[in-house]
Amino acid sequence: MGELTFNLLAWFTLLSAAGVVINRNAVNAALCLLLCLTGVAGLFVVLEAYLLAFVLLLVYAGAVVALFLFIVMLLDTSGAPRSLPRRLPLIARVLAGGLVASGVLSFSARVKLPVSEAVAAAPGVGAALKPYAYQLFTTYLLPVQILGFLLLAAMLGVIVLSKKFEGLEDIK
Amino acid sequence: MIPATLDGHLLVSGALFALGLLGVLLRRNTLVVFMCLELMLVASTVALVAFSRYNGILDGNVFVFFILTVAAAEVAVGLAIIVALFRRRQTVQVDELNSLRN
Repeated sequence: MGELTFNLLAWFTLLSAAGVVINRNAVNAALCLLLCLTGVAGLFVVLEAYLLAFVLLLVYAGAVVALFLFIVMLLDTSGAPRSLPRRLPLIARVLAGGLVASGVLSFSARVKLPVSEAVAAAPGVGAALKPYAYQLFTTYLLPVQILGFLLLAAMLGVIVLSKKFEGLEDIK
Repeated sequence: MIPATLDGHLLVSGALFALGLLGVLLRRNTLVVFMCLELMLVASTVALVAFSRYNGILDGNVFVFFILTVAAAEVAVGLAIIVALFRRRQTVQVDELNSLRN
């Protein structure tokens, strides 16, 4: 049962990720990204990280994909000439495909990471909410503060980038 | 079938990362390149959560919080840059944004 759920979610995630890469239309790519993120949130639920699944849906699927769709609609690039995917030389294609395939195959065939059965069978640590709060406000207090500052800097940067300043045109 | 173990989760994470990298290398639309970058970030979070789950410690999960926050800030700034670029150059194709090359 758990294995079947994991496989469904994993293939769903990978196929929609391939959709992001393959789709010609940027709007369709953004919607595929939305599906892919939903699949990843499902994987988080399988791994018993319920809070992270919720945050991922809220931040990524809610805010980031909406922002992407908004920008894609805003910058209407449908009038631009449709450009073909980048042409690679044949040897580069063969080399890249062979490297990826051999990497995935050797990984799936040979890697067996040591996992203690007791930990794998026990309920996940990410299920409860209290440990998160404890960690964030004790061990990781300084990174949390720095992240707050980073968000402030990002917000200021976005305002500066998107605002039109009068009188600065001659500098440009 | 992918086994529902730590190795299986890492395999999914690696494949997701490879797909994202492929998109970054092959696509020409800046917005889609940016989406593929997000894909790579999300792939790394899957690996972190899987390691955290199968080692019985919380640090990987907490780290994912930080990654999500940084990714949100990055998306905001990156999209603002793309919009500013589109205003000046009227294009979002990577090949046409080559003024630093010459």
